[in-house]
Formats: sequence, structure tokens, C-alpha cells
Amino acid sequence: MTVPKHVQQLDRVVIRFAGDSGDGMQLTGDRFTSETAQLGNDISTLPNFPAEIRAPAGTLPGVSSFQVAFADYDILTPGDTPNVLVAMNPAALKANLPELRKGATIIVNTDEFTKRNLQKVGYPGNPLEDDSLAGYDVHPVGLTSMTLRALEDHPISKKDAERAKNMFALGLLSWLYSRPYESTMTFLERKFAARPELVAANKAAFSAGWSFGETTEGFAVRYEVKPAQMKPGHYRNITGNTALALGLVAAGVRSKLPVFLGAYPITPASDILHELSKHKKLGVTTMQAEDEIAAIGAAVGAAYGGALGVTTTSGPGVALKGETISLAVALELPLVIVDVQRAGPSTGMPTKTEQADLNMALFGRHGEAPVAVIAPQSPADCFYAAIEASRIALTYRTPVILLSDGYIANGSEPWLLPEVSELPDLQVSFADGPNGEDGKFYPYLRDPQTLARPWAPPGLAGLEHRIGGLEKADKTGDISYDPANHDFMVRTRAARIEAIDVPDIEVDDPSESANVLVLGWGSTYGPIGAACRALRQRGLNIAQAHVRHLSPLPANLGDVLRSYDKVVLPEMNLGQLAHVLRARYLIDVVSYNQVRGMPFTSAQLESMLEEVIKNA
Amino acid sequence: MPSAPLQLSAKDFKSDQEVRWCPGCGDYAILAAMQGFLPELGVPRERIVFVSGIGCSSRFPYYLNTYGMHSIHGRAPAIATGLSVSRPDLQVWVVTGDGDALSIGGNHLIHALRRNVNLKILLFNNKIYGLTKGQYSPTSEVGKITKSTPAGSADYPFNPISLALGAEASFVARTIDSDRKHLTSILRAAAQHQGSAFVEIYQNCNIFNDNAFEVLKDAETRDDYLIRLEHGQPLTFGKEGQFAVTHPAGSFGLTVQNTSEVDGSELLVHDAHRDDPAYAFALSRLAGPDLRHTPVGVFRSVQRTSYDELVRGQVSKAKEKSSGDPEQDLTALLNSGDTWTIL
Repeated sequence: MTVPKHVQQLDRVVIRFAGDSGDGMQLTGDRFTSETAQLGNDISTLPNFPAEIRAPAGTLPGVSSFQVAFADYDILTPGDTPNVLVAMNPAALKANLPELRKGATIIVNTDEFTKRNLQKVGYPGNPLEDDSLAGYDVHPVGLTSMTLRALEDHPISKKDAERAKNMFALGLLSWLYSRPYESTMTFLERKFAARPELVAANKAAFSAGWSFGETTEGFAVRYEVKPAQMKPGHYRNITGNTALALGLVAAGVRSKLPVFLGAYPITPASDILHELSKHKKLGVTTMQAEDEIAAIGAAVGAAYGGALGVTTTSGPGVALKGETISLAVALELPLVIVDVQRAGPSTGMPTKTEQADLNMALFGRHGEAPVAVIAPQSPADCFYAAIEASRIALTYRTPVILLSDGYIANGSEPWLLPEVSELPDLQVSFADGPNGEDGKFYPYLRDPQTLARPWAPPGLAGLEHRIGGLEKADKTGDISYDPANHDFMVRTRAARIEAIDVPDIEVDDPSESANVLVLGWGSTYGPIGAACRALRQRGLNIAQAHVRHLSPLPANLGDVLRSYDKVVLPEMNLGQLAHVLRARYLIDVVSYNQVRGMPFTSAQLESMLEEVIKNA
Repeated sequence: MPSAPLQLSAKDFKSDQEVRWCPGCGDYAILAAMQGFLPELGVPRERIVFVSGIGCSSRFPYYLNTYGMHSIHGRAPAIATGLSVSRPDLQVWVVTGDGDALSIGGNHLIHALRRNVNLKILLFNNKIYGLTKGQYSPTSEVGKITKSTPAGSADYPFNPISLALGAEASFVARTIDSDRKHLTSILRAAAQHQGSAFVEIYQNCNIFNDNAFEVLKDAETRDDYLIRLEHGQPLTFGKEGQFAVTHPAGSFGLTVQNTSEVDGSELLVHDAHRDDPAYAFALSRLAGPDLRHTPVGVFRSVQRTSYDELVRGQVSKAKEKSSGDPEQDLTALLNSGDTWTIL
């Protein structure tokens, strides 16, 4: 019997799937996201998982979660607090409950609420049976037992049947939010292509979850979120790491150069290596090197040979690569270094986000070794940042550090797919003959505009020359210990970075009368933007600007900062960019910091900014 | 590629840079041998690249009129790997020393060898740090008194040949700076090898470790100290051929006996192409700390597909599926997966 259901319209929903590391929560979240994307909602996601592959089952450190926000309007963040928590066990409930507001929906897998599991996480009693969940809309569901019952007749092991409980949960949630499920069916067929019995079982578990929603009296209301008004075009949902990898592939295509990636596996950057290793067809060569130093060394060697040399890593890897980055500064070769930042120091919290490698990117090398630094602001923006990093590297013959972070690397959003022909033209010209008036070749004779030296890969007769880490004489590149020459070369290398053409920073201030500017860089764009929107909706004025080029900084930045009474700068570090801006522009930037391994919530930024505005 | 035979001489490979090694340094002899050898290689100058790390030997690229990179300490094999894999048209040589290759760069050396990257790696072994002025190196003998070890070094040394063999090297050889003919023959064999060629060159540092290899050079002693390895030739040596390398029954290794005491059937014939590296390894263990029974020549030379070829093969195979228009392929890639359209 089907209970008639009331359908309620919502404009925005935040769901968090939480369970044990082995419960398949990342996959469940990913599938729900994909179904939601098909519907045309705007989306933002936040995966959150432990560094341990399988922490002890049922414990708090083993909790893995995936949060997805979707709306009928353009959204900037995966949401501060979930409206719905799917808790697959007591640990997932305990770990996530503090972040829920009263009234939130909690769907719990009651089968896992055993005495032993409750004890594991320190619950004195069963929270489902006392009043500790009072005020929440709790739906106790026997996810495991119902899945097992639904799969009784399937020729699979009990273990495999149990593992399908995430599909039961997905089916239930898909029903509850009226999601189209065709893409999940196709996905299951692809994923378990080699084991048809698992395709059937997982599909059956999904259907059982869906039907349970339809028939149970527990869920009286079903929800709908209408498609968002988005720019017309072709979309796909994309994580920052995938976008970054595709941006590097695109840079290779648009520069007509082979891409060479040297990389050593490191969380949270490894997915870029995985992705790029799939695109040999487009001329990408990937090398999993013996260590971080070899990875960048090989990329420098490939760049010397005329390829677009790239190395991808996280903070600890950049620390190891420092000496080779300095070599690339001296050699003046194009090189892209991707740092997907994670919480440090040392191993820190490898799967958690942070923005604390800015100082290292700007200053973390021996000698005067300036490089260009840029940071993407959202998952899809990683695509364009990779192209921009490549443009700067190729045009100015310099190492460029691209600072992504764990938040946007693993998070996802819909991406309006670009026309390839409209992407920047990155074609370069190699040295094709002697460049001196005397008919000789001078490897360090510079282009007067860009200050770039000729790129002369081996292979052309007559241009044989030697380069190296020793200081070079201007123009000839010969070894030189001349004091005046060294002073000149140090200043020239600095001027070369300062000469990089970067766009002016743009300020968003619909009121045109704000006294307070909130500045950000990198992945804080989403939460800062959402906070600004909320403030403006409440009639408060605030200006927002986001720094994409961190070295060199936009030429107009100083003037922009000086034109506001107060400049506030939230960063997921202890004030690294604020420090730079104070030193450079002598402006008393208000630094707002958090290093919790998690992105800012828009609510916390909203209340902080409100305070600043009121006191400005 | 030019089709006319190249008419190059040693002079064509001399760069315009002033050579700045100490007078009497063994590096001069190696440089001269290299400049003398390169013309016969038949590879145009612009297709030859020398990559080095840091140390006295690593100045080598500056003095050759080819392409070259003097990089950073220990990293030359890694840099050269990236270059070699992405540019199959080049012949890439790595010049390194005992400190550069075996201490700070040990990791890159062993991994280049196991991958079998198409590099010719020349390790100038003088058993001392020269450029930093005389500290002991990873090939210095135990007890070595140096500036950093006034009471004698406590470090047990590497045997570079054993190390290279343990790292799965497909070509391993040793030669000596002062024997130009032998040195040239080894450079030739290394250049012809497809894959990593590892060559240890005993090189004299006349400032900080003079005469370290004198017994191998002195006309009085050398013939009794050196075992000249030649593929297909019996492993006998000595002024009168009075010594023979044998494989005693029940032993894992090789030993040296008086030829007169050896039955003809026990005489070993050098086989550099043996697949099992244990034989070459046993040869590498013959010499003692006094350098008596030091084999020179090619220890091992076996065929194994190079890393470069395997990597490029994967790329070429993938490219067969390309439409021929990279922009079209990129468009298809960007539009792959679950996409949707907003009208």
C-alpha cells in the first residue's frame, strides 16, 4: 500500500552522509551528487575522511562523511550545517551531531546501534531510546537488516549483501528528494561489470530503499528542489583535482607542447597523477618518481627538453622540491609546481585542508629565488588556474607555484564546459638561431618586454650551450663570480617576476558605498562570498575582492586596499597573506584566522564581518 | 637529420670555457678521452647532452661543446631521466662522482638503473670529496683520516659495481682515467648499450687523495693487480698469465688461484651477457682493500627494454586512438562522464 505523500518545495538542502570508512559514504555522496546534477540544481560538495584507509570499525576516528548542498539558485559553499544527517552507525551520529541545528532530520541505521558499538564511542545508553535527540526529526531505519532481507534471494555472500546497505540509503534519499536515478543504475552496471550478480543486488538494494520511502509512514513528506537558473550550456560536476588535471591537459593542447608530469604519491594531490596518467592520447607523459625531488627533477629535465614540465604534490613535497625550484629559477625554464595544501606542519592532518603553505610558496627557498604564485578559488576554477599557471610559466620562463588545497581539490561543483578554441592560446616559440648581433647565440639575452630568456632545447645545431646552477654572466650565461653581475642578475630575476602581466583585482560591491572590504585568496572564496550575500540581504554594505595572483600581486591592489576604512582578510592560516600586505602596502589589515582543517563556515564569517562593519 | 657522414674531430667538442680543474687532476684525462671518442660516435653535437650534479667531476659539461646542464647535488640522474624519456632523439650522458652519485644522490642512481633509463652514467670515483676540500666519501676506506674524520672514518664503503648490480643495472663497467685506450673502449661499449650504462671510472684526485689507484697504474704492479675482463676470453691475468679466476666447488663466489694449480676444465671464460647477475656480482667482490684483483672492463651487459621505450610505447599506443586533432580530442575529454545541458 502506498501512503499518499505530501510534496514540499525547498530552495536549498544540505545532506551529510556519514558512516564508517568502509561503509562507502564517499561513493554514496558522489552518486547522490551526480543524480542531483542531472536535475539541474546548483551543487557544492565537501568530502571529509580520515587519513587511515580503514580505521578500527565503528570508532570516532574512522568516521567518513560526504556533504552535498543543492539548491534552486547559485550556491557558493557546501553549507555550514546539514539539514539531513544520514548516520550509518553510532560513531557517525556522535561525530556529526554537534554540527546539526535542532529540527534537522537524522536518518540512523538502527542495526548498528548495538551495545558494543555504543560503548566503542562512549555512549552510556542508546541515544535513540533516551531523550538526547529530542528536538531532531529522527528516523530510525534498519538499513542493514532491510537490505539483507531485500537481497535474500540474490546469489551473493552475506558480506556483499551487507555492503549494499549504502545503496539502500541512497535509494531512500533519492526518493525523499525526488532525484532521477538513471545515472546511478548506469554507474552500477559499469562499476560491477565483471560481477553481474552485484549489479543486480545493488540495484535491488537501491530500489528497496526507494520503495521503503514510498511505503513507510515514517516519511510523510517528500521534497523537491527545482533546477537552478544557470547559464545555458553543457555542464559536468567536477572536483578541483580533476579540473586541475584537465587544465594541464588543455594547456598542453593549447601550447602544442607535450605535457610531462613527474609526481610522487601524496595526499591530497595523488588524484591529479591518477587523472593525468589516463590522458596519454593527448600527449601526456606521467612518471611516478622515486621521491619528490626526482619528480621535480624529471619535470625540469623534460622542460629543458622542450616539454611543459609539471610536478604535483602537497606541502611536504614542496619542502623537498625547494632546491630544485631554485635551480629552475636560475635556469629560467618553464615549470608548473602544484601544491594541494593540507594541514601541517609535518604530516599534520593529510586529508584536511589548510592555506598555510603561502609563505613557503612565496619565500621558502635559498637565495633570492622569486617565483610566480597563483591560487584557484573553487573546484572548477582549478581548470583555469592550471592554464594560467602554464601561461605564466611558458611566457616568462619561470617556475609557477599553483596553490590549491584539500577543500577545493576534493570538493566539487557544476562546471560550465568551455569551448576549447576559446581557451587562451599558449603557443611558444623556441630559439631558432643566433640572437646576437654578432651572429652568436646568447642563452641569457632577454626579451625586452617579458625579460624572458630564449628557450633553446637541445637539438638545434649552432645553439649548443651549457646552463647550470652557478651564477651566470648576463647575456652569455657563462659562469660568473663578478659582484656587479650577481647584483644585476638577482635584481633582474626579481624584476622578471614583477613584470608578469596579471589582471587588476576587481571589487564586488553592489552598494558602491561599502566602508569595509573583505579580501580572500584561494578556496575561501565560497564561504566569504556566501557571507557577503547574507550580509547584503540584511541591508549591510560590504565589498569583496579575491586575490588570484599572489606573486606578483595585482598592480592596483594597494590602491584598492587604501580606499576602504577597514580591510578584513580571513585565511586558513595564522595570517600569512595579511603579513605580506601589511609589509608591502603599510595597511593594517584585519587578519581573521582558523586552522581547524575545515573550511570557514559562511555563518562564522557573516557574524565576524558584521562586527567589523558595525565598528568601522 | 643530416644524412651526410659527420666529419667531426676532438676539437669540435671543446667548448670555449676555460677548464678549471686542479693541474694534474685525473678529470683532464677523462675529458680528453671523451673529446677524442665523441667524433667516432657519429652523433651530431646538438643531439648530445651532458647532465651533471655537483662536485669536481660535475663541471664536465661546461667543457664540451654539446648541450649541457650542470644541475644540483645528486639529482642529475633524475633530471636526465625526464630529458631522456621526453626526447628519444638525444643521447644523454650523466657525469657524476662518488659523493654526488652514491651519497646525496644514491636514491636517484639506483632508480635510474632499475628502470633502465637510456642514460650513460659515468661515475668518477676518487674516494674523496674534492670540491668541499677533502672529507671522506662513501667509497673511502674504513679508517680514512680526513678533515672530517681526524680519528679515521667509521663508515664502511660502498662497492659501486656491486651496488649497480644490486640495483638491476643492465650494463656495468669499470675503467681507469690513465688508460686512455681502455677508457675509450668502455665509453664506446656504454654508448652502444640500449638502456642504462653504468661506468665507474677510477679517477685520481692528486690534491686530497693522491695515488689512490697507483697500484693499478704502476707498470710494476698493475698486471698482477688488474683483471682485464673481455667477453669470451679466459679469466686469467698477471704478467705471465699466472693467475686465474675460478669458482671453487661448494662456494657461492669466485676466487683467484695460480693458473698452474687449476685444471683446464675449471678455467672460467668471461661472459658479460649472463642473465644471472650473481656472476658479475661475484666478480665485483674479488678485489680487496689493497686493490689486488681489481677487475676492469664490462662486468655485465644484458639486453632489457629501456624505460624510455616502454613509456613512449604506451604514449604512442594511446595516440593511435587519437582523432589527429588534439582540440577535438580535448573537447571529447572535457565532455566525458555525466554531463547535462541547461537550455
